[in-house]
Amino acid sequence: MESGNLELQYFLSGITKGSIYAVVAIGFNLIYSATGVLNFAQGEFVMLGGMVAVTLARFVPLPVALAGAVAIVALVGCLLEILFFRRLQRHSILHLVIITIGLSIVLQEIALHLWDEKVRSLPYFTGNEISSLKFFGAAISPQVFWVLATVAVTVVLLHIFLKYTLPGRAMRAGSSNPSAAMLAGINIANMRTLAFGLSAAIGALAGCVISPITMTHYEMGAPLAIKGFAAAILGGLGNPMAAVLGGLMVGVLEAYSVSRLPAAYSDVTVFAVLLLVLFARPHGFWGRPGGESVREH
Amino acid sequence: MKRTYLLVAGICALGAQCLTQNIHAAAGGDSIKIGAIFSVTGPASFLGAPEEKTVRLFVDKLNAAGGIHGRRVELVLKDSGGSPEKAVSFAKQLIEEEKVLAIIGPSTSGETMQIKALCEENEMILVSCAAAEVIVNPTAKYVFKTPQKDSQAVTWIYRTMKDKGVRKIAVVSSNDGFGAAGKKQLEDMAPAEGIEILANEVYDKQATDLTDILTKIKGTRGVQAIVNWSIVPAQSIVAKNMRQLGMEMPLFQSHGFGNRKYVEQAGVAAEGTLFPAGRLLVVDELPDNHPQKALLAAYKKDYEETYKEDVSTFGGHAYDAILVVTEALKRARRPDRARVRDAIENLKGLAGTAGVFNFSPTDHTGLDLTSFEMLTVKDGKFAIYRK
Repeated sequence: MESGNLELQYFLSGITKGSIYAVVAIGFNLIYSATGVLNFAQGEFVMLGGMVAVTLARFVPLPVALAGAVAIVALVGCLLEILFFRRLQRHSILHLVIITIGLSIVLQEIALHLWDEKVRSLPYFTGNEISSLKFFGAAISPQVFWVLATVAVTVVLLHIFLKYTLPGRAMRAGSSNPSAAMLAGINIANMRTLAFGLSAAIGALAGCVISPITMTHYEMGAPLAIKGFAAAILGGLGNPMAAVLGGLMVGVLEAYSVSRLPAAYSDVTVFAVLLLVLFARPHGFWGRPGGESVREH
Repeated sequence: MKRTYLLVAGICALGAQCLTQNIHAAAGGDSIKIGAIFSVTGPASFLGAPEEKTVRLFVDKLNAAGGIHGRRVELVLKDSGGSPEKAVSFAKQLIEEEKVLAIIGPSTSGETMQIKALCEENEMILVSCAAAEVIVNPTAKYVFKTPQKDSQAVTWIYRTMKDKGVRKIAVVSSNDGFGAAGKKQLEDMAPAEGIEILANEVYDKQATDLTDILTKIKGTRGVQAIVNWSIVPAQSIVAKNMRQLGMEMPLFQSHGFGNRKYVEQAGVAAEGTLFPAGRLLVVDELPDNHPQKALLAAYKKDYEETYKEDVSTFGGHAYDAILVVTEALKRARRPDRARVRDAIENLKGLAGTAGVFNFSPTDHTGLDLTSFEMLTVKDGKFAIYRK
């Protein structure tokens, strides 16, 4: 293989990984936008989405299974908010973040008992395990385009929802200034439930589209959440587009690191760059100080 | 005269009563405790889960058939979740509180090494289900293991490579205990076997995609084959990514590939994958007079009927461990730890799932190279590889 193609192949490999991180990072962003909370159980929503879809796919056609998985996990997201957040006396960010960490552990254990320890996966949406698209001698799995398409559609829909619809604007208002929003007649608690449900749905969708590439098992959530979190931070919290760019950057950075250094150093490279970026721009590439961009949008 | 009759009758009655009491004691109250530590959950659950199921099945059948010398075997199962710390505390519990006759497991080499010295000090029999060479080398008096050694797997891989004319290879492995042990073994044995490792990469065990590492190997001149040493899901991802990149060179996997589920996960990408494994996976291909045939077929049938899932070589290691302990117990005649230990060391020609065991004071694995077979994947099924 010529060296030019090799570079392109590394890039495509980075895009493959990056698309996975990006789709996870979007969910992080949404809850943050709506509530100011970093939801560390986001990775578990991804895992649940994949698990439910794999189970449903045994009985119904794939598209129905995907829709079912997204609906079920969205419901789980809403329920979690109602059960664990609504009754809290004080909604300090720290409390909420710690609860999400607890939830992630609980969800993982529940998944282990509902299903088992085995690794499963959805079939490739197009082609099979060995199909790939060739560009100038470099190859990429068609599933990556499904992931990228999902990312694009989600980002556009989210943008429209948050900016132009009443519930979306209410959600942002509730996060930007809770007391003013309440005075204006917005039910903050319901908005938070909606945000959890939505980001659970996005997580579940992510879990479905990445399942053929990464495969699905009960422990997959945490490592994905860490990378998705890094992607969201690098891009700048709050802005869904920034999360996507952040995800792709992390992926390409990893691939570039593998091409130059032993593969074991790829995580070191990513987090070193992340730290350097945070020193120079504490709010990430496209974020504004204090996460303002989230709320102002 | 009459009094004598009465006396005799009385003594007989007393004797009979004592006898029945003895029988009662033997059948119920006084069972033989065997401890087991498996990582039923956690990262090594693919090992621990089938191991636990297998041991339960084995002991249930044994007790249904009357136990050993009329005594029931009681299993004390502990789930370590793959954590060496938990394995240590469970081992202490089994030794000090439960006072078991022997411990089988743990599932992983890391956990086993943590409790090796503990068992040796307390003269507790340990029959590990983990593969690493260090468990039995240097030999500890009370420590045994049932899986084939890593080095034997590597020998099989290198010899198959030489048969195929492969001399220059790339090694990829995961950053966990299993991957690290395999990597070291591959590196150590390569020079003696005349194999040159041109690329050697380690990846995160939770990696989601490995095309970047494989691209690097594709760009390394002269690589004729790849060896991957990891567990699921990475071992399926490697196979898929290689074919997606259009790499046609042979892919060798470790003996950790021994579960049909993994073949399903990799789909058509698994076709042609080569890996050394015990004969459990290809029992249908064995001739009827093979010493392991009957045992393998029975285990596979029982397991698959009871649990509705495919049998794996890992469950087989636990089968062998409990088989070794109970067989030695039968020969020792009474549950005396030192006697049972000696009996294990003297087991010869014992057919298990991994091979035919021949233990000796210097060999606490008891398996030689013939316990492996080179397998390949053909039409989604395991088959014996023929040149």
